[in-house]
Amino acid sequence: MSYRTPLSNVKGLGTANEGSEHFWRQRVTGVANLLLSVFLVYAAFHLVGQDLPGVKAFFQNPLHMVLAAAFVISATYHMRLGMQVVIEDYVHNEGSKIALLILNTFFTAFVALAGVYSLLKLSFGA
Amino acid sequence: MVQLTLPKKSKPKQGKTWNKPENGGNWREFHIYRWSPDDDENPQIDTYFVDMDDCGPMVLDGIIWIKNKIDPTLTFRRSCREGICGSCSMNIDGSNTLACTKGLDEIKGAVKIYPLPHMAVVKDLVPDLSHFYAQHRSIEPWLKTTTPEPQKEWKQSIEDRAELDGLYECILCACCSTSCPSYWWNSDRYLGPAALLQAYRWVADSRDEATGERLDNLEDPFRLYRCHTIMNCAKACPKGLSPAKAIAELKKKLVERKY
Repeated sequence: MSYRTPLSNVKGLGTANEGSEHFWRQRVTGVANLLLSVFLVYAAFHLVGQDLPGVKAFFQNPLHMVLAAAFVISATYHMRLGMQVVIEDYVHNEGSKIALLILNTFFTAFVALAGVYSLLKLSFGA
Repeated sequence: MVQLTLPKKSKPKQGKTWNKPENGGNWREFHIYRWSPDDDENPQIDTYFVDMDDCGPMVLDGIIWIKNKIDPTLTFRRSCREGICGSCSMNIDGSNTLACTKGLDEIKGAVKIYPLPHMAVVKDLVPDLSHFYAQHRSIEPWLKTTTPEPQKEWKQSIEDRAELDGLYECILCACCSTSCPSYWWNSDRYLGPAALLQAYRWVADSRDEATGERLDNLEDPFRLYRCHTIMNCAKACPKGLSPAKAIAELKKKLVERKY
Protein backbone atom coordinates (compact mmCIF):
# COMPACT_ATOMS: atom_id res chain seq x y z
CA MET A 1 0.00 0.00 0.00
CA SER A 2 1.39 3.39 -0.96
CA TYR A 3 -0.07 6.80 -0.29
CA ARG A 4 1.90 8.40 -3.12
CA THR A 5 -0.40 10.57 -5.22
CA PRO A 6 -1.08 9.53 -8.82
CA LEU A 7 0.77 12.66 -10.02
CA SER A 8 3.84 11.75 -7.98
CA ASN A 9 3.80 8.29 -9.60
CA VAL A 10 3.54 9.81 -13.08
CA LYS A 11 6.36 12.30 -12.49
CA GLY A 12 8.56 9.53 -11.08
CA LEU A 13 12.24 10.42 -11.25
CA GLY A 14 11.66 13.23 -13.75
CA THR A 15 12.84 13.35 -17.34
CA ALA A 16 16.11 11.78 -18.46
CA ASN A 17 16.70 14.85 -20.68
CA GLU A 18 17.56 12.54 -23.53
CA GLY A 19 15.79 10.31 -26.01
CA SER A 20 15.75 12.41 -29.15
CA GLU A 21 19.40 11.63 -29.89
CA HIS A 22 18.68 7.91 -29.70
CA PHE A 23 15.63 8.36 -31.93
CA TRP A 24 17.62 10.42 -34.43
CA ARG A 25 20.57 8.01 -34.56
CA GLN A 26 18.20 5.13 -35.20
CA ARG A 27 16.84 7.03 -38.22
CA VAL A 28 20.28 8.03 -39.50
CA THR A 29 21.65 4.47 -39.28
CA GLY A 30 18.39 3.24 -40.83
CA VAL A 31 18.90 5.48 -43.87
CA ALA A 32 22.59 4.45 -44.02
CA ASN A 33 21.62 0.76 -43.93
CA LEU A 34 19.12 1.28 -46.72
CA LEU A 35 21.70 2.94 -48.97
CA LEU A 36 24.50 0.54 -48.05
CA SER A 37 22.32 -2.50 -48.66
CA VAL A 38 22.37 -1.54 -52.37
CA PHE A 39 26.13 -2.12 -52.21
CA LEU A 40 25.54 -5.30 -50.23
CA VAL A 41 23.33 -6.72 -53.00
CA TYR A 42 25.94 -5.71 -55.60
CA ALA A 43 28.71 -7.37 -53.53
CA ALA A 44 26.66 -10.53 -53.01
CA PHE A 45 26.07 -10.93 -56.75
CA HIS A 46 29.72 -10.25 -57.44
CA LEU A 47 31.05 -12.68 -54.83
CA VAL A 48 28.82 -15.70 -55.56
CA GLY A 49 31.02 -18.57 -56.70
CA GLN A 50 34.30 -16.68 -56.19
CA ASP A 51 37.25 -18.44 -54.59
CA LEU A 52 39.32 -16.83 -51.78
CA PRO A 53 41.72 -14.92 -54.08
CA GLY A 54 38.67 -13.57 -55.95
CA VAL A 55 37.04 -12.39 -52.69
CA LYS A 56 40.33 -10.83 -51.56
CA ALA A 57 40.65 -9.03 -54.86
CA PHE A 58 37.13 -7.64 -54.44
CA PHE A 59 37.90 -6.24 -50.98
CA GLN A 60 41.30 -4.88 -52.02
CA ASN A 61 39.33 -2.25 -53.91
CA PRO A 62 39.30 0.62 -51.34
CA LEU A 63 35.73 1.64 -52.18
CA HIS A 64 34.43 -1.91 -51.63
CA MET A 65 36.33 -2.24 -48.36
CA VAL A 66 35.11 1.13 -47.01
CA LEU A 67 31.48 0.52 -47.99
CA ALA A 68 31.52 -2.96 -46.46
CA ALA A 69 33.05 -1.67 -43.22
CA ALA A 70 30.52 1.17 -43.15
CA PHE A 71 27.71 -1.35 -43.50
CA VAL A 72 29.05 -3.51 -40.66
CA ILE A 73 29.39 -0.52 -38.33
CA SER A 74 26.06 1.10 -39.25
CA ALA A 75 24.14 -2.20 -39.10
CA THR A 76 25.55 -3.27 -35.72
CA TYR A 77 25.00 0.18 -34.22
CA HIS A 78 21.43 0.15 -35.52
CA MET A 79 21.05 -3.33 -34.04
CA ARG A 80 22.25 -2.12 -30.65
CA LEU A 81 19.85 0.84 -30.64
CA GLY A 82 16.90 -1.32 -31.72
CA MET A 83 17.59 -4.10 -29.26
CA GLN A 84 17.94 -1.54 -26.45
CA VAL A 85 14.38 -0.36 -27.15
CA VAL A 86 13.07 -3.93 -27.14
CA ILE A 87 14.77 -4.65 -23.80
CA GLU A 88 13.43 -1.44 -22.25
CA ASP A 89 9.94 -2.28 -23.55
CA TYR A 90 9.67 -5.79 -22.21
CA VAL A 91 12.13 -6.33 -19.36
CA HIS A 92 10.85 -4.61 -16.24
CA ASN A 93 13.14 -6.04 -13.57
CA GLU A 94 15.79 -3.34 -13.08
CA GLY A 95 18.64 -5.83 -12.51
CA SER A 96 17.90 -7.99 -15.56
CA LYS A 97 17.32 -4.88 -17.64
CA ILE A 98 20.72 -3.39 -16.84
CA ALA A 99 22.46 -6.76 -17.36
CA LEU A 100 20.77 -7.23 -20.75
CA LEU A 101 21.59 -3.67 -21.84
CA ILE A 102 25.26 -4.29 -21.06
CA LEU A 103 25.22 -7.65 -22.86
CA ASN A 104 23.54 -5.96 -25.81
CA THR A 105 26.38 -3.44 -26.08
CA PHE A 106 29.06 -6.13 -25.69
CA PHE A 107 27.47 -8.44 -28.25
CA THR A 108 26.95 -5.80 -30.95
CA ALA A 109 30.43 -4.33 -30.36
CA PHE A 110 31.89 -7.82 -30.71
CA VAL A 111 30.02 -8.44 -33.97
CA ALA A 112 31.14 -5.04 -35.31
CA LEU A 113 34.81 -5.60 -34.35
CA ALA A 114 34.84 -9.14 -35.72
CA GLY A 115 33.30 -7.94 -38.97
CA VAL A 116 35.72 -5.06 -39.43
CA TYR A 117 38.68 -7.26 -38.49
CA SER A 118 37.65 -9.84 -41.11
CA LEU A 119 37.34 -7.15 -43.76
CA LEU A 120 40.75 -5.73 -42.89
CA LYS A 121 42.25 -9.19 -43.08
CA LEU A 122 40.69 -9.76 -46.49
CA SER A 123 41.81 -6.38 -47.69
CA PHE A 124 45.35 -6.24 -46.29
CA GLY A 125 46.10 -9.82 -45.22
CA ALA A 126 48.51 -12.01 -47.02
CA MET B 1 9.21 -9.55 -17.94
CA VAL B 2 6.03 -8.24 -19.39
CA GLN B 3 3.01 -10.19 -18.16
CA LEU B 4 1.43 -11.82 -21.21
CA THR B 5 -1.32 -13.76 -19.43
CA LEU B 6 -3.86 -12.59 -16.89
CA PRO B 7 -3.21 -13.32 -13.21
CA LYS B 8 -5.13 -16.39 -12.01
CA LYS B 9 -7.72 -14.34 -10.11
CA SER B 10 -8.36 -12.10 -13.14
CA LYS B 11 -9.17 -14.85 -15.67
CA PRO B 12 -12.84 -14.51 -16.69
CA LYS B 13 -15.04 -17.58 -16.48
CA GLN B 14 -18.43 -18.43 -17.94
CA GLY B 15 -21.08 -16.45 -16.05
CA LYS B 16 -24.83 -16.82 -15.85
CA THR B 17 -27.52 -16.30 -18.45
CA TRP B 18 -29.99 -13.80 -17.03
CA ASN B 19 -33.02 -13.98 -19.32
CA LYS B 20 -33.46 -16.60 -22.01
CA PRO B 21 -36.24 -15.38 -24.35
CA GLU B 22 -38.81 -18.16 -24.80
CA ASN B 23 -41.14 -17.03 -27.54
CA GLY B 24 -40.01 -15.31 -30.76
CA GLY B 25 -39.31 -11.61 -31.05
CA ASN B 26 -36.43 -9.39 -31.92
CA TRP B 27 -33.81 -10.29 -29.26
CA ARG B 28 -30.12 -9.39 -29.29
CA GLU B 29 -27.54 -11.35 -27.29
CA PHE B 30 -25.06 -9.45 -25.07
CA HIS B 31 -21.99 -10.98 -23.40
CA ILE B 32 -20.79 -8.65 -20.65
CA TYR B 33 -17.76 -8.76 -18.34
CA ARG B 34 -18.72 -8.72 -14.67
CA TRP B 35 -16.48 -8.32 -11.66
CA SER B 36 -17.25 -7.11 -8.18
CA PRO B 37 -14.74 -6.04 -5.52
CA ASP B 38 -17.20 -7.21 -2.83
CA ASP B 39 -16.69 -10.95 -3.23
CA ASP B 40 -13.63 -13.07 -3.88
CA GLU B 41 -14.83 -14.39 -7.25
CA ASN B 42 -13.05 -14.32 -10.61
CA PRO B 43 -14.53 -12.07 -13.29
CA GLN B 44 -17.29 -13.72 -15.30
CA ILE B 45 -18.97 -13.19 -18.66
CA ASP B 46 -22.73 -12.90 -18.20
CA THR B 47 -25.25 -13.33 -21.01
CA TYR B 48 -28.27 -11.03 -21.42
CA PHE B 49 -30.89 -10.76 -24.14
CA VAL B 50 -32.20 -7.33 -25.12
CA ASP B 51 -35.58 -6.77 -26.79
CA MET B 52 -34.60 -4.69 -29.81
CA ASP B 53 -38.24 -3.63 -30.38
CA ASP B 54 -38.06 -1.85 -27.01
CA CYS B 55 -34.50 -0.50 -27.16
CA GLY B 56 -32.59 2.28 -28.92
CA PRO B 57 -30.03 1.66 -31.67
CA MET B 58 -26.75 2.14 -29.78
CA VAL B 59 -24.73 -0.20 -27.55
CA LEU B 60 -25.30 2.23 -24.67
CA ASP B 61 -29.07 1.94 -25.18
CA GLY B 62 -28.63 -1.82 -24.89
CA ILE B 63 -26.75 -1.79 -21.59
CA ILE B 64 -29.07 0.86 -20.11
CA TRP B 65 -31.99 -1.39 -21.12
CA ILE B 66 -30.30 -4.29 -19.31
CA LYS B 67 -29.69 -2.17 -16.19
CA ASN B 68 -33.29 -0.91 -16.15
CA LYS B 69 -35.11 -4.11 -17.05
CA ILE B 70 -32.97 -7.09 -16.05
CA ASP B 71 -30.01 -6.43 -13.77
CA PRO B 72 -29.71 -3.15 -11.81
CA THR B 73 -26.29 -4.24 -10.47
CA LEU B 74 -24.62 -3.96 -13.91
CA THR B 75 -22.15 -1.10 -13.43
CA PHE B 76 -20.82 1.28 -16.09
CA ARG B 77 -20.12 5.00 -16.58
CA ARG B 78 -22.30 7.06 -18.89
CA SER B 79 -23.45 10.62 -19.11
CA CYS B 80 -24.06 12.62 -22.29
CA ARG B 81 -25.05 9.76 -24.65
CA GLU B 82 -23.73 11.76 -27.62
CA GLY B 83 -19.97 11.21 -27.74
CA ILE B 84 -18.87 14.38 -25.98
CA CYS B 85 -18.28 13.42 -22.35
CA GLY B 86 -16.09 10.36 -22.89
CA SER B 87 -17.59 8.45 -19.96
CA CYS B 88 -18.89 5.31 -21.65
CA SER B 89 -15.63 4.16 -23.21
CA MET B 90 -15.32 0.38 -23.12
CA ASN B 91 -14.11 -2.52 -25.21
CA ILE B 92 -16.96 -3.43 -27.55
CA ASP B 93 -16.70 -6.22 -30.12
CA GLY B 94 -12.93 -6.24 -29.72
CA SER B 95 -12.21 -2.50 -30.04
CA ASN B 96 -12.15 0.37 -27.60
CA THR B 97 -14.90 2.83 -28.36
CA LEU B 98 -17.77 4.82 -26.89
CA ALA B 99 -20.89 2.77 -26.20
CA CYS B 100 -23.06 5.77 -27.06
CA THR B 101 -21.75 6.25 -30.59
CA LYS B 102 -21.31 2.56 -31.50
CA GLY B 103 -24.38 1.31 -33.35
CA LEU B 104 -25.65 -2.19 -32.59
CA ASP B 105 -26.08 -2.66 -36.34
CA GLU B 106 -22.27 -2.33 -36.74
CA ILE B 107 -21.75 -5.54 -34.76
CA LYS B 108 -22.23 -9.04 -36.10
CA GLY B 109 -23.54 -11.72 -33.72
CA ALA B 110 -23.50 -11.36 -29.94
CA VAL B 111 -22.41 -7.98 -28.55
CA LYS B 112 -19.28 -8.62 -26.47
CA ILE B 113 -18.46 -5.91 -23.93
CA TYR B 114 -15.38 -5.70 -21.69
CA PRO B 115 -13.86 -2.84 -19.69
CA LEU B 116 -10.97 -0.90 -21.30
CA PRO B 117 -8.03 -3.31 -21.60
CA HIS B 118 -5.12 -3.53 -19.18
CA MET B 119 -6.62 -1.22 -16.58
CA ALA B 120 -7.42 -1.99 -12.97
CA VAL B 121 -11.17 -2.59 -12.72
CA VAL B 122 -13.23 -0.79 -10.08
CA LYS B 123 -16.36 -2.80 -10.87
CA ASP B 124 -17.81 -4.44 -14.03
CA LEU B 125 -17.14 -2.01 -16.91
CA VAL B 126 -15.64 0.77 -14.78
CA PRO B 127 -11.84 1.04 -14.98
CA ASP B 128 -9.67 3.03 -12.56
CA LEU B 129 -8.54 6.09 -14.52
CA SER B 130 -6.69 7.97 -11.74
CA HIS B 131 -3.24 7.27 -13.26
CA PHE B 132 -4.51 8.20 -16.73
CA TYR B 133 -5.86 11.54 -15.43
CA ALA B 134 -2.62 12.21 -13.52
CA GLN B 135 -0.70 11.71 -16.79
CA HIS B 136 -2.91 14.35 -18.39
CA ARG B 137 -2.30 16.63 -15.40
CA SER B 138 1.46 16.11 -15.70
CA ILE B 139 1.64 17.74 -19.14
CA GLU B 140 0.12 20.91 -17.57
CA PRO B 141 -2.82 21.29 -19.92
CA TRP B 142 -3.40 25.01 -19.58
CA LEU B 143 -2.17 28.19 -21.28
CA LYS B 144 1.20 29.30 -19.86
CA THR B 145 2.44 32.84 -20.51
CA THR B 146 4.93 35.29 -19.05
CA THR B 147 3.93 38.33 -21.11
CA PRO B 148 1.53 40.46 -18.98
CA GLU B 149 -2.04 39.56 -19.72
CA PRO B 150 -3.63 41.73 -22.42
CA GLN B 151 -6.62 43.96 -21.60
CA LYS B 152 -8.93 41.69 -23.54
CA GLU B 153 -8.19 38.18 -24.85
CA TRP B 154 -4.97 36.58 -26.13
CA LYS B 155 -5.30 37.02 -29.86
CA GLN B 156 -4.86 34.19 -32.34
CA SER B 157 -5.00 34.31 -36.13
CA ILE B 158 -7.41 32.10 -38.03
CA GLU B 159 -4.45 30.07 -39.39
CA ASP B 160 -2.94 29.62 -35.91
CA ARG B 161 -6.30 28.54 -34.54
CA ALA B 162 -6.55 25.98 -37.34
CA GLU B 163 -3.37 24.34 -35.96
CA LEU B 164 -5.47 23.13 -33.02
CA ASP B 165 -8.00 21.30 -35.20
CA GLY B 166 -7.69 17.57 -34.68
CA LEU B 167 -6.29 18.19 -31.19
CA TYR B 168 -8.78 20.20 -29.15
CA GLU B 169 -11.62 17.72 -29.85
CA CYS B 170 -10.12 15.05 -27.55
CA ILE B 171 -12.59 14.08 -24.80
CA LEU B 172 -10.11 12.03 -22.70
CA CYS B 173 -12.13 8.84 -23.00
CA ALA B 174 -8.89 6.78 -22.80
CA CYS B 175 -9.84 4.57 -25.79
CA CYS B 176 -6.48 5.35 -27.46
CA SER B 177 -4.14 4.92 -24.50
CA THR B 178 -5.73 1.64 -23.43
CA SER B 179 -5.50 0.27 -26.99
CA CYS B 180 -1.74 0.92 -27.13
CA PRO B 181 0.56 -2.07 -26.44
CA SER B 182 3.35 0.29 -25.38
CA TYR B 183 0.95 1.77 -22.84
CA TRP B 184 -0.04 -1.72 -21.63
CA TRP B 185 3.59 -2.65 -20.96
CA ASN B 186 4.95 0.68 -19.73
CA SER B 187 2.10 2.94 -18.59
CA ASP B 188 3.99 3.57 -15.35
CA ARG B 189 6.51 5.68 -17.32
CA TYR B 190 5.06 6.15 -20.82
CA LEU B 191 2.52 8.98 -20.91
CA GLY B 192 0.38 7.33 -23.58
CA PRO B 193 -1.30 8.70 -26.71
CA ALA B 194 -4.04 10.72 -24.98
CA ALA B 195 -1.70 12.73 -22.72
CA LEU B 196 0.78 13.19 -25.58
CA LEU B 197 -1.92 14.43 -27.96
CA GLN B 198 -2.81 17.01 -25.31
CA ALA B 199 0.87 17.84 -24.81
CA TYR B 200 1.09 18.62 -28.52
CA ARG B 201 -2.18 20.58 -28.35
CA TRP B 202 -0.38 23.07 -26.02
CA VAL B 203 2.91 22.95 -27.94
CA ALA B 204 0.97 23.81 -31.11
CA ASP B 205 -0.93 26.67 -29.46
CA SER B 206 0.38 29.99 -30.85
CA ARG B 207 -0.57 31.82 -27.61
CA ASP B 208 1.46 29.56 -25.35
CA GLU B 209 4.90 30.77 -24.20
CA ALA B 210 6.13 27.56 -22.57
CA THR B 211 6.85 25.46 -25.67
CA GLY B 212 10.48 24.88 -24.65
CA GLU B 213 9.61 23.73 -21.12
CA ARG B 214 6.85 21.52 -22.48
CA LEU B 215 9.31 19.84 -24.88
CA ASP B 216 11.89 19.53 -22.05
CA ASN B 217 9.31 17.59 -20.04
CA LEU B 218 8.88 15.11 -22.88
CA GLU B 219 12.58 14.66 -23.67
CA ASP B 220 12.71 11.20 -22.17
CA PRO B 221 13.09 7.64 -23.50
CA PHE B 222 9.95 6.54 -21.68
CA ARG B 223 7.56 9.50 -21.43
CA LEU B 224 7.53 10.05 -25.20
CA TYR B 225 9.77 7.59 -26.99
CA ARG B 226 7.91 4.42 -26.00
CA CYS B 227 5.65 5.30 -28.95
CA HIS B 228 6.65 2.90 -31.73
CA THR B 229 4.04 4.13 -34.22
CA ILE B 230 1.83 1.09 -33.75
CA MET B 231 -1.16 3.30 -34.68
CA ASN B 232 -3.78 1.50 -32.56
CA CYS B 233 -4.52 4.92 -31.02
CA ALA B 234 -5.59 6.46 -34.32
CA LYS B 235 -7.62 3.36 -35.17
CA ALA B 236 -9.42 3.32 -31.81
CA CYS B 237 -10.19 7.04 -31.40
CA PRO B 238 -13.99 7.40 -31.51
CA LYS B 239 -13.56 11.08 -32.42
CA GLY B 240 -11.45 10.28 -35.49
CA LEU B 241 -8.32 12.01 -34.14
CA SER B 242 -4.75 10.82 -34.67
CA PRO B 243 -2.65 10.84 -31.49
CA ALA B 244 0.05 9.02 -33.53
CA LYS B 245 0.38 12.07 -35.78
CA ALA B 246 0.54 14.44 -32.80
CA ILE B 247 3.30 12.29 -31.26
CA ALA B 248 5.21 12.31 -34.56
CA GLU B 249 4.94 16.12 -34.56
CA LEU B 250 6.38 16.23 -31.03
CA LYS B 251 9.32 14.03 -32.08
CA LYS B 252 9.87 16.30 -35.11
CA LYS B 253 9.94 19.39 -32.88
CA LEU B 254 12.43 17.75 -30.49
CA VAL B 255 14.78 16.90 -33.38
CA GLU B 256 14.19 20.28 -35.04
CA ARG B 257 15.44 22.19 -32.01
CA LYS B 258 18.69 20.19 -31.94
CA TYR B 259 19.86 21.17 -35.44
